[in-house]
Formats: sequence, structure tokens, C-alpha cells
Amino acid sequence: MIEAIESALDFLPAGLVTLIIIVGKILVLVLPLMGAVAYLTLAERKVIGYMQVRIGPNRVGPRGLLQPIADAVKLMFKETIFPAKANRFLFISGPILTLAPALAAWAVVPFDDGLVISNVDASLLYILAMTSLGVYGVIIAGWASNSKYAFLGALRSAAQIVSYEIAMGFALVGVLVAAGSLNLGEIVEAQRGSLGIINWYMIPLLPLFIVYFIAGVAETNRAPFDVAEGESEIVAGFHVEYSSMTFSIFFLAEYANMILIALLTALMFLGGWLSPLHGVLPASLLEGEGVLALLLGDGIHWLLAKTSFFLFLFLWFRATFPRYRYDQIMRLGWKIFIPITIVWLLVAAAMVVWKIGPWFN
Amino acid sequence: MPEIKNYTLNFGPQHPSAHGVLRLVLEMDGETIERADPHIGLLHRATEKLAESKPYNQSIPYMDRLDYVSMMCNEHGYVLALEKMLGVEAPERAQYIRVMFDEITRILNHLMWLGAHALDIGAMTIFLYAFREREDLMDMYEAVSGARMHAAYYRPGGVYRDLPGSMPQYEASKWHSQKEVDVKNSNRQGSLLDFVEDFVQRFPKCVDEYETLLTDNRIWKQRTVDIGVVSPERALQLGFTGPMLRGSGIEWDLRKKQPYAVYDKLDFDIPVGLTGDSYDRYLVRVEEMRQSNNIIKQCIKWLRENPGPVMLDNHKLTPPDREHMKGDMESLIHHFKLFTEGYALPEGEVYSAVEHPKGEFGVYLVSDGSNKPYRLKIRAPGFAHISSLNEMTQGHMLADVVAIIGTQDIVFGEVDR
Repeated sequence: MIEAIESALDFLPAGLVTLIIIVGKILVLVLPLMGAVAYLTLAERKVIGYMQVRIGPNRVGPRGLLQPIADAVKLMFKETIFPAKANRFLFISGPILTLAPALAAWAVVPFDDGLVISNVDASLLYILAMTSLGVYGVIIAGWASNSKYAFLGALRSAAQIVSYEIAMGFALVGVLVAAGSLNLGEIVEAQRGSLGIINWYMIPLLPLFIVYFIAGVAETNRAPFDVAEGESEIVAGFHVEYSSMTFSIFFLAEYANMILIALLTALMFLGGWLSPLHGVLPASLLEGEGVLALLLGDGIHWLLAKTSFFLFLFLWFRATFPRYRYDQIMRLGWKIFIPITIVWLLVAAAMVVWKIGPWFN
Repeated sequence: MPEIKNYTLNFGPQHPSAHGVLRLVLEMDGETIERADPHIGLLHRATEKLAESKPYNQSIPYMDRLDYVSMMCNEHGYVLALEKMLGVEAPERAQYIRVMFDEITRILNHLMWLGAHALDIGAMTIFLYAFREREDLMDMYEAVSGARMHAAYYRPGGVYRDLPGSMPQYEASKWHSQKEVDVKNSNRQGSLLDFVEDFVQRFPKCVDEYETLLTDNRIWKQRTVDIGVVSPERALQLGFTGPMLRGSGIEWDLRKKQPYAVYDKLDFDIPVGLTGDSYDRYLVRVEEMRQSNNIIKQCIKWLRENPGPVMLDNHKLTPPDREHMKGDMESLIHHFKLFTEGYALPEGEVYSAVEHPKGEFGVYLVSDGSNKPYRLKIRAPGFAHISSLNEMTQGHMLADVVAIIGTQDIVFGEVDR
């Protein structure tokens, strides 16, 4: 399809065509992502609503389906309030610095075999770098707000993200050791095998899988690790002074990060777009061109289903757990998660060296 | 090098977990609390002063508004003081009704506390579960008094009227189909007592449900165990009462130690804690809900078997019924006198206290022999509890302040009066 667009545009200078195609790719990714974020907020309100014996939003549109759009319109038309003595430049750059890396990380995320904006070899490192950059936005926002609550929130958030980054990094090193590649597409393909689910890395790397997902929850500042915005303690933490679009950008970034973490967990530990039916159904059913084969075989729909499962877990946690205290989160990160990941890293390396099947033979 | 100063944080009065209008000035070393200075009085409504200018009965609704989550218990304290002064006692049936509603109120209060406390610590689902049950309890209030919160149901000499024989029903609307409404009405077909009994059967399971979410939850335990520890000696010195005192291991409950109404005829236990931390106070209150449930069960049984008057027949104190008032001159005079100038209390002073869900709720009344109190002093349990906030939060972290305010079960209606 890209070749067809290129040939249709060949009257333009070559550089411009490349630019148009890149921008097109980005739009194709970012627009659905923004839609997903909007509807994730609705899903959150609905899911938590049903868990809490209420029905959630049901007034705007059929069954409340237009609620996110109404929310977005409302936020866009509200006034951005600058607190007294706040540094305007930093105050605005806070949300930008949060959202930009949250979106940039998506550039290397593959959705299916070869379906990726930029197939970088070091995509895992790139993602780690991008997700870590988000903390600057939080710190700057907390600092620029000239509010004590925001300041406390920023400090907490910075400490928390930095600590969990380490556990998360180690968990990723485990995956890297197991797959022998930093490329996300290759990591998924390394999980392919005749046994289906058993071949996925969540089995040999179970502790890393759990640590990675929990660290992901902490990294995105979601309950029960939401001390950075700890509603009942520091009101809304680093974004307490933000209103209208500046606030909603934090919101977008948080949800985009949630989806990213869920998607990465699915890619690295749950075999991404691989069908769980390998080994259960005969291979002839899973390959070919028929509708049944498309549904049962590998494909983006499996990746989306796995991602949705993890997103549901995010919401479920929020409805169930009390919030950790700040020092307890740090203890959990440094004294429990990091040792677990280091130990399992050695185990994973040993499994690879001794070619323990069915994963590494 | 500049001098390092502590960080001062103004916590409230507009803060999601200030439980109303608490203003707390926190002096912090990083996240650790060095000093907590509670500022109260933002909800001061001069209840005590207002009472001096109106006949005794007209202050009953003000009592509802003191601790606005345990309305009828406040009324009980006030009404008991009046009765003690007058030397009258309510009919037994009225006393059972009062005890039943006191315990309904205790559950109402503890559900509110549980929800708010859990919400402060971040578990928000409990809050809505607790409110689901509160809804039924509010309906009981409404059925008996016509008001969901500020009932003004207890009167000196009994209760305003007997328990109704039927419950109000939901009606179908654009939003709720007949079928949905029928389900909602299914336990409202009988009398109020049937409705209460249905609730009492159901409620222990609901408490189990809250407990599965919290009691053994590691995060919940990390957030409450060893937070805000008060030793038994210190709890006594600070004037703690109610679950705050029992959480520290002192077995003190006015319902047992100075029985009023018919508590001496009922069978129930007083739960006490061991360590005096927030977790123990949580366990004590949860167990109190179960005990209250038992008391309500016993009251229902008694009330079913023993019909009778719920108001004294002394028309110097209680209004005559409408039929007599229309036909009988003396009743008309009683009615007129009662609703214009009320009744006078003998000269003297009285203190009476009840075991309110939050602790000892006492009413001290000085009468000069007129139809209004010369002075009314209310002893609110929350006031003593909040005075200890500085001591309880010292050395804890910011997030614990919120947990401690929650565990104290503060309501500013009674603290500020």
C-alpha cells in the first residue's frame, strides 16, 4: 500500500513524499490511540462503576458512549488557569514533556508481524528511555505550579518512577536474555512454538512477568501505587494546579502509558500477536486465507485482546486495593522487586545456557 | 548556608480527607510530621447558645445536627437528660424502640466511618458498598420519622409514634421498569419490623464482604497496623471514649457500665483491641457492627411480642392525640400550652450520657425552673479525640495523618457544635 501511495505522489520531490508517508503513519497510529485513550476512560468508569454497584455514565449518547467526547469538548473550552507566581514557561512545558515521550514510545511498538512505524533493532532500549523521560514532565509540573501539594507529589513521583525503572529494566533484561534480541518483533517471534501458550515467556519468566507488570502499574502512577496523585493525601499531587487542556494532557499521557505498558506486557510475556491456539488446534486450521483461519490464527486481534486483559487488570486493581504509603512503595521496589529480578535473571541466563526446553532448545 | 526550615503544609479546610472542615497546620520534615495543629470551629453553629432561647422540645432537632451521621443517638442523650430531670421514664416499648434505633444508628455511623476511612486509605469500593447498606437504614429512619437523616423522633416521655405497619414502596418510572421496582419492593411488603428483620438477616454477610476486602489485605494492614498507637493509660488521660478507648484495650462501654434504656436486658459483648493502633480500632468497630446487629435482632423479637404505648400518658409533657384535642377541653388546653410554651423542668442540674457510636455523648443541663435551659453543655466525644491528633500523628508520614483522622471518626458537627 505504501508503494502505491509513493507512486501516486511521485510528482512531488522525494523528500516530501517520505515526510508525508511518515506523518501519515504517525497519524494512523496516534489517532486510534487517542480514541483508545478516550474510550479507556469510559471503560474505566463503567467497569469500576459495575464493581461498585453503580452504573457509571449513561446519559450522554446511547449507554453513555459519547461521554468521552463530551468530556474532551468540556476540557477544551475551559480556561487554563495559571497559579500566581507560577513559571509560565515551565508550567506549560510540564504537560508537553509528559505527553511527548508517552506518544514517542509508540513508534517502535509492533502490532503484527512487520506492522510497526519504525522497526528499530534496539526498540526495547528506546522504549525504556522514552518511558523514563516522562518523569521530567511530572517534576517540572510539580515544581512550576508553586504549590506545596504539587511539589510533594512531584517528589514522590520522581522517587517512585526512578526506583521502579530499575526493577522494570531488570525484568526487561530477562526478556532480552531469553529472546537474544532487543527488537520487539523478534522477541514475539522467539515465543513462537508448537506448544502455544506454554511457549510464551510468561511461563519460564513468571517472576519477571509479574514484577514487570506491577512495576508498570507503579510506573504509570496507577492505584495502588498512585501516591503521586494520592487523592486523599495530596489532593491531586503534581497536577493539582492544572486545569482544562493542560490537565487533560496529563490525563492522556497517563492513559497512553497504561495502554503502552499493557501492550508491552502482552508483547514480551504473552506472545504478542501469536495465537494461543497453537498446539491446541491442528496447524491447518490456523493457517491459510479463510475467515476462520484469520480469526484463530496469529493476528493483531490477539494482541488487542491480551492488551485489553491487562488494561482490565489496571482498572480492577484500582477498584480493589487500598493505596500504599510512599515509603512502603519504595521498600517494595528496592527490597523485593529488584532482588527477585536479579535472581531470576540468573535463572533465566542458566536456562538459556543449558538450553532448557521447550523454550530455549 | 541557609538555615533548613521545616515545611509547613496547610491541610484543609478544603481537603478531600479533612472530614468536613478540619484545618490542620502540619509542620513537616520531608514527609514526616513534626507537629500537627488542628484548627477547629469552622462549623460552629452555637447549638448550646441557641438551646438557651427555646423550649426544651425545640432543641431536639438541633441534636440531630450535631453529629450528623449518628442522629438518633444524639437525641437519645438529650432526651435522657430531660427525662432524668423530670423524673419520668419512657414506656418499655419506647425504650426498646430507642435501643433498636440507637443500634441502627450505630451501624449507620460505623458504615459511614468504614467507607470514609477506607476511601482515605485509597480503597474506594468499600465506600459504595457501605452506602448500599446505609440506604436501607436511611429508609428505616424515613419510615419511622419521615426524615432520612434529621429524624427528631425521640421525645421526652417516649418516641414520637409507634413503628409503622407498612413500608413506603418504590414506583415505576421512565428510568426504572415495573420489574426492577418489584425487585426493590420485595422486602418492603410487610411492616417496618419485617423490613428491619430482612436487613438484619442480610447484614452479617455484608460485613463479611467488607472484611474480605480489608481485614487480611496486606496493603490495608501495612497502612493501619502500628499507626496512631495509643496506650491504655494515655487513652484514659486524653479522655478517649467509645471505640477509640476500646481499641486501646480498655473495656468501657456505657451500655454495660451504666446501663440506660433497656441495655441491661439485652445480650451483647464489648469488643476490645489489644495494641491500640488503627487496625485494632478497625476490628473493634467492625465487631461492634455485628454486635449491634444482634441487639437489633433481640429488639425485633421483643417488639413483635409486646405491643403497647410508646409515649407517656402525661399530657403535661407529651401532646394529647388529635381526636381528644378536638373533643376535650382539657386536652385542647394541654395541646395549646405544650406547643406554645412547652414544659418547665424543675430547678437543678443534670448530666446524662449515652454510648454514642463515637464514644460518650453527654448532655449537661442547668435549669432555672423555666421552660428553657439556663445552660446546655454538650460533651462531644470527637472533641477529645481530635485534641490528641498532634500526639497520634507525631513521627508518622503525611499519608498516615489521613489514616489517623479516619480512625478517629471525626465529625465536625459535634466537634464544633
